[in-house]
Amino acid sequence: METSPTSDAGAGAPFAHRHLLGTETLSRGDIEQILDLADGYVDQNRQTDKKNGLLRGRTLINLFFENSTRTRTSFELAGKRLGGDVINMSVSTSSIKKGETLIDTAVTLNAMHPDVLVVRHGDSGAVQLLAEKVNCAVINAGDGSHEHPTQALLDALTIRRRKGRIEGLNVAICGDVSHSRVARSNIHLLNTMGARVRVVAPPTLLPAHIDRLGVDVHHNLAEGLVDCDIVMMLRLQTERMAGSFVPSMREYFYFHGLDYDKLRAAKPDALIMHPGPMNRGVEIDSEVADDIDRSAIHEQVEMGVAVRMACLELLARDQNAPWTRNQS
Amino acid sequence: MTAANAAPRRVFRNARLIDPASGLDDKGAVLVNPDGTIADLGGHVVVDSIQEDIQTIDCGGHALVPGLVDMRVYSREPGDEYMETLKTLSRAAVAGGVTTLACLPNTDPVIDDVSLLQFIQRRAATVGLVNIHAYAAATKALAGKELTEYGLLAENGAVGFTDGGRVIADALVLRRALAYASIFGRPIVQHPEEPSLARDGVMNEGETATRLGLAGIPAKAEVMIIERDLHLVELTGGRYHVANLSTAEGIDAIRRAKARGLPVTCDTAPHYFALNDSAVTDYRTFAKVSPPLRGEADRLAVIAGLADGTIDAIASDHAPRAQDSKRLPFAQAEAGVIGLETLLPLTLELVHAGHLTLDRAVAALTWCPADILALPAGRLAVGAVADFTLINLTIAGRVDVSRFRSKSKNSPFQGRPVEGRVTRTVRAGETVFDVDAAEAG
Repeated sequence: METSPTSDAGAGAPFAHRHLLGTETLSRGDIEQILDLADGYVDQNRQTDKKNGLLRGRTLINLFFENSTRTRTSFELAGKRLGGDVINMSVSTSSIKKGETLIDTAVTLNAMHPDVLVVRHGDSGAVQLLAEKVNCAVINAGDGSHEHPTQALLDALTIRRRKGRIEGLNVAICGDVSHSRVARSNIHLLNTMGARVRVVAPPTLLPAHIDRLGVDVHHNLAEGLVDCDIVMMLRLQTERMAGSFVPSMREYFYFHGLDYDKLRAAKPDALIMHPGPMNRGVEIDSEVADDIDRSAIHEQVEMGVAVRMACLELLARDQNAPWTRNQS
Repeated sequence: MTAANAAPRRVFRNARLIDPASGLDDKGAVLVNPDGTIADLGGHVVVDSIQEDIQTIDCGGHALVPGLVDMRVYSREPGDEYMETLKTLSRAAVAGGVTTLACLPNTDPVIDDVSLLQFIQRRAATVGLVNIHAYAAATKALAGKELTEYGLLAENGAVGFTDGGRVIADALVLRRALAYASIFGRPIVQHPEEPSLARDGVMNEGETATRLGLAGIPAKAEVMIIERDLHLVELTGGRYHVANLSTAEGIDAIRRAKARGLPVTCDTAPHYFALNDSAVTDYRTFAKVSPPLRGEADRLAVIAGLADGTIDAIASDHAPRAQDSKRLPFAQAEAGVIGLETLLPLTLELVHAGHLTLDRAVAALTWCPADILALPAGRLAVGAVADFTLINLTIAGRVDVSRFRSKSKNSPFQGRPVEGRVTRTVRAGETVFDVDAAEAG
């Protein structure tokens, strides 16, 4: 049963980008195009038969230089539900110097004629570098501390479905902004969509001049949450907890962990989000995270598959892509 | 012996003679002795070449300046000859109008021993195109711990002591280096970057770094080291030279130190006044340098520092890199740009834009660096070696890296419009580069 809003990857309005490398370069129209299409996929994914044939015969390679379970699985499902062939590649980065393999790997994979490469890499800019060396579409599944565009898009879809809009909402992004690609992608996207964005973190976890990205800066969580519609918590990596960026886990939770007490400052219907995986008791209290009335964390995961299906469909519309040319 | 085999007397006529050291800027000619020294120069030099059997070179009215002196060059030989050799380095130098250069000790092996210093000198003599001098490492293996043999190295021609692109971080080591080098009259050359503050950084801290998700190095990392070092200069009286000055605060610190009469000099490189940190947008690894390209206010401060003489010299900081080491994610890529063949045109940009007088620009490329390293170069004077460079100051063109002589091509200036080019380079009276011959070839 074909339940996709479109029945052919060539139909529908073309997408303005060959790759999806970040949200900084997406226009409001681009974002709405993705979210509108993703809405349809949310419905399709709730059917018994979740599959259509849009990507039939096409190959998607998940190329992950960093460990990931959820993002990789989400892309894998998205590709398979569109009828594409999906291959997962995890490249070990421990044994060999990372960079030596990057372009070699790109060129090697390119010779196998994939149609989409989904890439995660630990270095900022690595996915863009790889995109310059291949003929197929590339989706950035996270590059260093730079961008993670599909995460921001799935967050936007979650917000839009829950709140009916993005424009004018107060959004607080809280935690390790400095090392977070999720934070950067969300800041760009939310600003483009007309939300008012603030970041809340201790100064050691904020990059220099973050205000120039168009956000208000707060160091106190309760103050930062005043009048908020959306509370986005970020994951704090364990290696950054022990004395380097923050003195200890318990001190971090005491001042920057989200609990009901601090949440009182936000609007009563404020939505709580987290890109996962969560550190319970570090950046977020378990009770808050599991509050089905307030927390959208599981919904985010569901939206993730739909948004990635929309992105794959739109990139497959690229009339200049080599595989499309070959077919015509 | 026949007259035909001996070097003839030569006259370079119809030139605009510019010698900032003596204040000369006048139309005239240079007469060169058979031994390669300057016999006479100026507007009064008129030679009847037919009667006196003199070879005449018409300079076409172009500027004739002392051969450029580049006080900071990474030779890559020995050890990394696939990036550059002393031969390709010399060919790049003369194409850039440079007749005298000083090689940094960051080779493999490190130049931290008399025998290695002599190796460089022997190889340089074999190539023979330019005057190649060498620094010796300030500390053994550039490890920042033990001093090298300053006395023996100085006697064997080391022009100064430096750990090149590495900061001498330990205050006690630097104190002893300054104190000990002072008895041999050689400067200690510092790479000014506080290493623990800069530790994870790969570019200048600021909005661009934040957007790119790259770890930043604050500009303060430079002035912190400079100000600490200035206290050690006061303590020891040693000669101290700061390389690659790139920040407003660092320049201010040097300005104040000079005003207090401390024995302090400094240089910068063209990329610090020609580019700012927006050049690394899109993760352009060719614009990755150390210290990193700074913000616009710092770039303007570098220009102001050159104009008022706080910054004594402009050095290319020529750092050849293999393509493979640049075609990497930004954080993993090596730092460094080649600079010998863009040193002059980028400096002339400041002259054409009205920021520097031609006299000041040429001084920063000639006698100023020569004097810092006590090199017999950088001046047009009777009796001096006839090293000079002819420059067409106004010809427009674009930087074309594919024509560079350097073995590596890591320049961020490809395609940049420039005004002014070297037309001929003369070392000891002999033409070692001629743009017409180069273009024909």
